[in-house]
Amino acid sequence: MEREKVIEVKDLVKRFGAFTANDRLTFDVYRGEIFGFLGANGAGKTTAMRILCGLSRPTSGRVLVAGIDASRRPEEIKKRIGYMSQRFSLYEDLTVRENIELYGGIYGMAMKEILPRREALLERLDFTSYGDTLIRALPLGLKQKLAFAVAVFHDPGIVFLDEPTSGVDPVTRRQFWEMIYETASRGITVFVTTHYMDEAEYCDRITIMSEGRIVALDTPSALLRQYGTKSVEELFVKIARPQRNTV
Amino acid sequence: MKAIEAKNITHHYGKITAVDDLSFTVGEGELFGFIGPDGAGKTTLFRIAATLIIPSGGRMTLFGLNVVSGFRELRNHIGYMPGRFSLYQDLTVEENLRFYATIFGTTIKENYYLIEPIYRQIEPFKKRRAGQLSGGMKQKLALSCALIHKPRVLILDEPTTGVDAVSRTEFWEMLEGLKEEGITIIVSTPYMDEALRCDRIALMQQGRLMGIDTPAAIRSAYGRKLWSVSHPERYRLLLALRKMPQVAASEPFGDSVHMTLHEGAIPEDVRRMLDEAGIHDAAINEATPGIEDVFLELMKKEVRRSEV
Repeated sequence: MEREKVIEVKDLVKRFGAFTANDRLTFDVYRGEIFGFLGANGAGKTTAMRILCGLSRPTSGRVLVAGIDASRRPEEIKKRIGYMSQRFSLYEDLTVRENIELYGGIYGMAMKEILPRREALLERLDFTSYGDTLIRALPLGLKQKLAFAVAVFHDPGIVFLDEPTSGVDPVTRRQFWEMIYETASRGITVFVTTHYMDEAEYCDRITIMSEGRIVALDTPSALLRQYGTKSVEELFVKIARPQRNTV
Repeated sequence: MKAIEAKNITHHYGKITAVDDLSFTVGEGELFGFIGPDGAGKTTLFRIAATLIIPSGGRMTLFGLNVVSGFRELRNHIGYMPGRFSLYQDLTVEENLRFYATIFGTTIKENYYLIEPIYRQIEPFKKRRAGQLSGGMKQKLALSCALIHKPRVLILDEPTTGVDAVSRTEFWEMLEGLKEEGITIIVSTPYMDEALRCDRIALMQQGRLMGIDTPAAIRSAYGRKLWSVSHPERYRLLLALRKMPQVAASEPFGDSVHMTLHEGAIPEDVRRMLDEAGIHDAAINEATPGIEDVFLELMKKEVRRSEV
């Protein structure tokens, strides 16, 4: 069975002046897949992710996200994806309900669609008692869970998660990954970056970037076998260390 | 003499108790880790130790000097690296280092041997402004500045947060080098796997200490059998395990699910029930508990305790 490709990247190059941030990246991501995007700081992950999200255009190469060409119609991409990061997630001065409403509205959903779905979401998250609480009064763990739920509220084809679990406690981290599994099982593709190497093992496939290039791409178990390492951490340290010493 | 002695240290911000009645000691030359998520109280505790805030209650001494009454003297012996990069962004690498040396009445040359293994790596960029450095370089500069006056204790607040696994590994190697110089180090981190690199660790959650011991002792205190269950369809597997009365707890853990069983239940029961649920050939193996398993266990106990 031919699996449906949700992201297709072929020979993606992004330069900033003389600096090549992304050097001929080629990979596909499939529908419902949990795809881990790893790399050292400065390896080019953020640049690539910005292009995939329609926030920046490739210098050359072909990038299709949900069937849309990132060079030609980046605005269209934004409508079809969800995004969350630890730095930018929810509006602190709005309540839980107001945030959901705002995001639904931004993504073009009608109020009569938003309201019942919002209540159903609060119910499912066990958040009913927090509905009218300001975001800034929520503990970090709850905030992150809500931010994720909001990022997929409009049922995008893909959700991009940029270090979503940074700093959260281990219980919340586990619950967060259960939400990711659940989302992927609904057919939403999850594209995630993380510095927690154990989290890489939760992914269906991972890619490791180093100095602008993809140096590994496969299932975690296949990569561990290939490099003869016991953990993704060990693997990462082995292959993601830059060759030239840029510190 | 102990490097750090804390007795009933408490700190409130308005109605919030950030640090709740903590008592512990850190030996001289020890590499001591405070492990816990955001909001556990690590930063507040470290600021108290660095003589930057006065605790609401309790008493803390470093090398016998009280952090409140003896702060002037103590500051000569403390190297503090806050969680947020706080060097002067407009000064160059070298200027920052010289500045810190000067305010502590020393010179770069005098203690160069101490920072050399770290500073050497960023020295080629010494004319670059600190604001223009990469994350890993900033971290090395900040550590060099915290060390330049040859402190007896280093207080490092989440030095590896947001830093990639390669730089993190290098950073811990640097700390091991400093430990050999006899410097006492307290370090906080949200990454449970880093705990293994410490002599002793304290597990923190919501202002309280849930346990203090060597990493090995903490792991061996897990107290029950832990099983790792794996199957390609992880989410289905997890949902199926959650429904089984024999399963006490099941959590996703890397590419498998970690599970504990109720008294009297055996993995064979689980395998049979998985088969009945259409999940065939799941692998069930005994797993060695990690720091994170223990942390999860202790967190659940804390929740039960607070509900009583």
